Formats: sequence, structure tokens, C-alpha cells
Amino acid sequence: MDLELDEQATRFREEVRSWLAENVPRTPLASFDTAEGFAQHRDWEARLAEARLSVVAWPREFGGRGASLLEWVLFEEEYYAAGAPGRVSQNGIFMLAPTLFSHGTEEQRLRILPPMARGEQVWAQAWSEPEAGSDIAALRSTATRTEGGWLLSGQKTWSSRATFADRAFGLFRSDPDSERHRGLTYLMFDLRAEGVRVRPIPQLDGEPGFAEIFLDEVFVPDEDVLGEPGEGWRVAMTTANNERGLSLRSPGRFLAAADRLTGLWREVGDPADTALASRVADAWIGARAYQLYTFGTVTRLREGGSLGPESSVNKLFWSRLDLELHETALDLLGPEGELRAERRWVDGWLFALAGPIYGGTDQIQRNTVAERLLGLPRGER
Amino acid sequence: MRFALSTEHKDFAASIGDFLSDVDTAAAARGWAAGEQGPGLRVWRGLAGIGVTGLLVPERFDGLGADAVGLVVAFERLGYHAVPGPWVDTAAVLPMLLEDELLAGVASGETIASIALPPHVPYALDADVAEARIAVAGTRLRAFTPGRPLTSVDPCRRLFEVREGEVLGTAVDPPLAFDTGVLATAAQLLGAGQWLLDAAVDYACRRRQYGREIGRYQAVKHLLADVVTRLELARPLLHAAAIAVRDGAPSRARDVSAAKVAAGEAAALAARTGLQVHGAIGYTAEHELGLRLTKVRALVAAWGTQGLHRRRVLDAVTGTAA
Ligand SMILES: Cc1cc2nc3c(=O)[nH]c(=O)nc-3n(C[C@H](O)[C@H](O)[C@H](O)COP(=O)(O)OP(=O)(O)OC[C@H]3O[C@@H](n4cnc5c(N)ncnc54)[C@H](O)[C@@H]3O)c2cc1C
Repeated sequence: MDLELDEQATRFREEVRSWLAENVPRTPLASFDTAEGFAQHRDWEARLAEARLSVVAWPREFGGRGASLLEWVLFEEEYYAAGAPGRVSQNGIFMLAPTLFSHGTEEQRLRILPPMARGEQVWAQAWSEPEAGSDIAALRSTATRTEGGWLLSGQKTWSSRATFADRAFGLFRSDPDSERHRGLTYLMFDLRAEGVRVRPIPQLDGEPGFAEIFLDEVFVPDEDVLGEPGEGWRVAMTTANNERGLSLRSPGRFLAAADRLTGLWREVGDPADTALASRVADAWIGARAYQLYTFGTVTRLREGGSLGPESSVNKLFWSRLDLELHETALDLLGPEGELRAERRWVDGWLFALAGPIYGGTDQIQRNTVAERLLGLPRGER
Repeated sequence: MRFALSTEHKDFAASIGDFLSDVDTAAAARGWAAGEQGPGLRVWRGLAGIGVTGLLVPERFDGLGADAVGLVVAFERLGYHAVPGPWVDTAAVLPMLLEDELLAGVASGETIASIALPPHVPYALDADVAEARIAVAGTRLRAFTPGRPLTSVDPCRRLFEVREGEVLGTAVDPPLAFDTGVLATAAQLLGAGQWLLDAAVDYACRRRQYGREIGRYQAVKHLLADVVTRLELARPLLHAAAIAVRDGAPSRARDVSAAKVAAGEAAALAARTGLQVHGAIGYTAEHELGLRLTKVRALVAAWGTQGLHRRRVLDAVTGTAA
């Protein structure tokens, strides 16, 4: 049992570190929930891609460099430690791409992944519907067979970044007589296609981070079905495990926040405030725990294990950790803690508030952990 | 990097677990609390036979010469089965304090030690059964005699005041001894927490109210999901701390303290939750739950309070440490 990096991983980390030190924008980019910020972020992703650092763990032919899972975790640590911008392509990279790797055709991968890696095509996740949030199997949007493809109709909502994104992926009921998990098809569509209307919805910070998507007989060719028609639920579960599990929230994000928090404590902390001191210590311990837990997961996966209900344990842990980190920082800032001038902490807090909701709410994760990890009997749904 | 227990460590844990499942550890613990230490001492000798007492004892004194990773593996099992006795003192701390023939007795299971390490370990555990009674003052080792007995919240922990006597010699590495005691205590906490979770899950699957198993209710599920999350995330901190102790890493104090804080919090949550899920039956002295519940409370305060350990972490990560 050890935590030592081999030479290759160490070299990779150093390369990443020095590239980021030279290239991370000095002034933070505008929010990617604004038109201006979205464009800036696309440029940044293109620069990352030029250095083959936008999707390090993908195979080379899709724009990656075939890095190992461990190297990807290290990349993420360096990325956040360097204060690099949030990834506007994250839904595509972390949710659609793993699904394509498991269920897509070679043609789809070659067509979709390289422009995703370069930030040319930004994807939105169109899963939630007004009547189907936690209970995705209750969705009503339909896909109807037509010559050479499908016609999509219905309404999706809470779609992150769909206001400015190019394309979206989602589940549709393709068998009108089906119920629940059966008869669903996983489809990808163009957000600017005829029959699509996108309505921005401002989030807590006032920016149009969400969008509602109205679909009226939107044509999608057969080549944009992911997996077999009618098998959408099974295909979607790959996406869901990735969303909660390792990939969407690598430890790097929380380690960087914990480092900034301990730095803040050094600057403005009052040693006599032992209650706050304890919270700072706990936040650091939590981030470190998540990092080590991830190293354990990486080892397990490398030795042939798979990501199961443990990804819900991940999600329960980081969603709470993120909130505690940010609340502690804001408390530490005292009266300044309410000021938007403290953008990073205030914005980070606003975003952390959503952690227990998106990606399957924490209540749903607790059900999964209890039933699938601990073996408790299933309750009514 | 390979951050997972080796097959040997897993086998070692399994052999300790098998042995402890076969002997009646609950009876041994209750006897210990009542001052009848015979059954507990038989468990002690049995564990010595598997190598638990001699883990950190060098091979030249007939020990296994193993390292801190083996130690946490073993102590997690001791905590799981609520084995009574001054295990931390004897098997984890003493081998870091001295290097002499006394350790041969530790390895064989004949010598039991009780160690005071003020200010954080002011009272001596089970000093009435220990023949090696040692108080650490700075770098000096002194013999002590047990003074007034004190009553712990955990009846299985028989505590005594310490009356220091003659100087025995110089300690090899008191800070390492302390950190190793902290590490072993954290491992016991995690083990006890895991037992509390397992027992609560088992009970929730069997106990029926309102016509169904209580484990079908989300209110119960969610409590248990939070416990497993805490325990699962505390374990890697424990293992990393063991590696730091093994390798003499500069981060050793920080890492053992982080492990103790996380294991302590996880075990305390497991204890509260375990009791809540069991209801009144868990509140009875007859139920085994109580053995862990009170032990967890005692161990959270032993070998440095959570406050001390949080401060050590904070000092280390903000660079304010001496
Ligand atoms: C910042 C953010 C970004 C998002 N981005 C996207 C996106 O890009 N694409 C997308 O499709 N969606 C997105 N979502 C939506 C998200 O997936 C849903 O909000 C989530 O699945 C919950 O659905 P809901 O909001 O309808 O809440 P509901 O399902 O109505 O739940 C409301 C409350 O009831 C609880 N609850 C519901 N069912 C149960 C149950 N069986 N047991 C116990 N408690 C239950 C929930 O835990 C919650 O507390 C995003 C959400 C947020 C906050």
C-alpha cells in the first residue's frame, strides 16, 4: 500500500503544472452563463485542446493523450490549484462522452468527440422535465418515428448552459404505449434546429445559467440515436453514474478550495475563535479524505473493479463538503462575506448550494446507498 | 501508487476476525468490566498467538517487525469486536518507547503494559492487570504505581491515577509513540463504528413496525446512508496516516490527527445512529450495542481530544506549527 507516484505520473504532473502556470488567464474569465463569458471559455478550451490538455484521459484519435485515470486525477488537482477557469464543456466531457465510449458507434465518436474536445461544440444535458425531476422515468417528451429519423416534441427544463450551448442530449419516450423505464430512446439534437425554442432562466446569481427547451417536431436523424432505440434507460445509467461518481467532481476542486480556505485563515483568522478554527480544520480534512478516497477508487478501477453505488457515496460526501468549505470561508470573511466583491467565495457558495440537488438529489443518493450498498429493503416509490 | 490493502493485510484482518468471532468477546468485555479478567486475558493470549501483540516488536525480540499499516488493520478488528484491555499501550505505544527484552514479553503475550503520557493521556488504563507501568515525562520514562481508581464512561476501561516513581531510562521516540497511540485509537474507533453500522443495518432488515421492516422507511435509510458515507471517507485517512507513520513522513502528525478526527466523528455518528435505529433495546446493558457506544465516547476523548487534533491539523496546514 503506498501513495507514491511513479516517474511517468510525476513527469506528467510537472508538465501540466508548468503549462498552466504560463497559460492560465491572469484575470478571471467572465461567467460562462453570459454570452461574453461563454465565448471566452470556448477560446480557453481551444487553447487547452491545442496543448492536448482538454481531455487528457481520452484516446489520442479523439483529441486526448491516453492518460491513465490516476494522471487525470492529478491533472484535475493541478488545474484547480492553478485557478484555471471552470469547464464550459463539462456536461459533454463528463457525461455524454463516457456514454459514447460505452454505447456509441465509432462513427459517432469520431464525429462528436473531437469538436467537443476543442470547445467548438458545447453540449447541454436535457434530462429534467417539469414533471420529471428525481423521477426521470416519468418523462413525457416524445420521439416519433419518421422517414430516416425521429421527431422530438415536448419540454425539457433546468438545462445548464443550454442558453448558449450548441447541442443537447436527452431521453425521449419513443414507444407511446410504454411506461416508466421502458420504451425510452437516448437522442442527441441541435439546439438551433427548426422547432427548438430555448428560454433562458436566471439562477440565484441573476445569470441565465438554466434554460427551458421547448421542442416541436424537431427532426433528428437516425445517426443521432445513442445505443438502440427503446434502450435509452440502460444507456442513460452510464451517464448518471459518471455524473455522480468520479468524473464530474474530482477532488482537485475541493483541495484547491481547502487550500484557499486555510490561506484565508492564516490571513484573517482569529486563533481565539476555536469554533471557526475547527470548521477550517474539518474542511481541510474533508477535502483530503475525498482525495484519498479517490486514490482508492482509482486503484480499485485499475484492478478491474467498477463504479457502482459507491458513486452515490461520493456525491453525498462532496456535496456536503463543498457547502461546508464555502460557508466556513464566508463566516471567516465576517461582514465582507456578504459582498459580491468576494466573488470567488460568494459565487462558489451560490453554486455549492445546488450540489445537493443536481445529479440526483442527496435524498435519492441516500436511497441508493441504503438499498444498493447496505442492502436495506426497497421502499415504495 | 497502489492505495489499497494488500492480500496479506486482508488475510491478516480476516484471521483476527475469525478468531474473535469464535471466542465470546462480549462476555470477555463484560467480565473485564466486572474485574474478572480471565476470559479477557485468554483472548489476549490468543491474539498474541496470531501475532497481534508483536506486530511492532522487532524480530530480534521475537516480534513480527511489521509496520503501522498492519497495526491499523489489526486495531480496526479489535475495535470491531470491542476487545478489552490496554491494547494501544502495549502493542502500539510501548514498542516506540523502548528497545529491550521487555518487548519479547510483549510479543509473546506475557507482558501487558499500561502507559501514561501526560498531558494528553493522563490516566493509566488497566494498570491493575499491567505489569509494565510506565509514565512518559518529556524524554524520560518513569515507573508508576496505580493510584485512585477512576470510573470511565466505558466500564471496560479501568482507569487509574498515576503515581510516578523511579526513573527507568530514556524514551526512544515519545512523539512517535504518541502518534502511534493516536493512530491505533483511530483504527479502533473506525472498527467500532463499522460494527455499529453493520448491527444497525442488520436490525433494520429484521425489525418490523407498522407491518414492514423499519429499513423500508426512508427516514431510517437516510440515517444509515450518512453513517456509511462518513465511515468510508474516514478509512482512507486512516490508511494514509499509517503510511505516514510507516515512512516517517514529515506530515505524520497532521495525518494521524486527521485520521483521529474523522474516525472519531464517524464512529460517534455511527453510535448515535445505531442507538436510534435500535430504539430502546439498544439502550439496555444486555445488548452488545452498549459495549461500543460507551467505548466510542471514551476513545473520542482518549489519546488527544478532537480539539487537540484539529489544532494539530490546522497548525500543519497553515504552517503555524512549531
Ligand atoms: C444547478 C443545477 C443544474 C442543473 N443542470 C441540469 C442539466 O444540465 N440538465 C438537466 O436535465 N437537469 C439539470 N438540473 C436539474 C436536476 O437534475 C433536478 O433538479 C434534480 O434531478 C431534482 O429534480 P427536481 O428539481 O424536479 O426536484 P424534485 O424531484 O421535485 O424533488 C424535490 C424534493 O423532493 C425530494 N424527493 C423527490 N423524490 C424523492 C424520493 N423518492 N425520496 C425522497 N425524496 C424525494 C428531493 O430530494 C427534493 O428534495 C440541474 C439542477 C440544478 C440545481
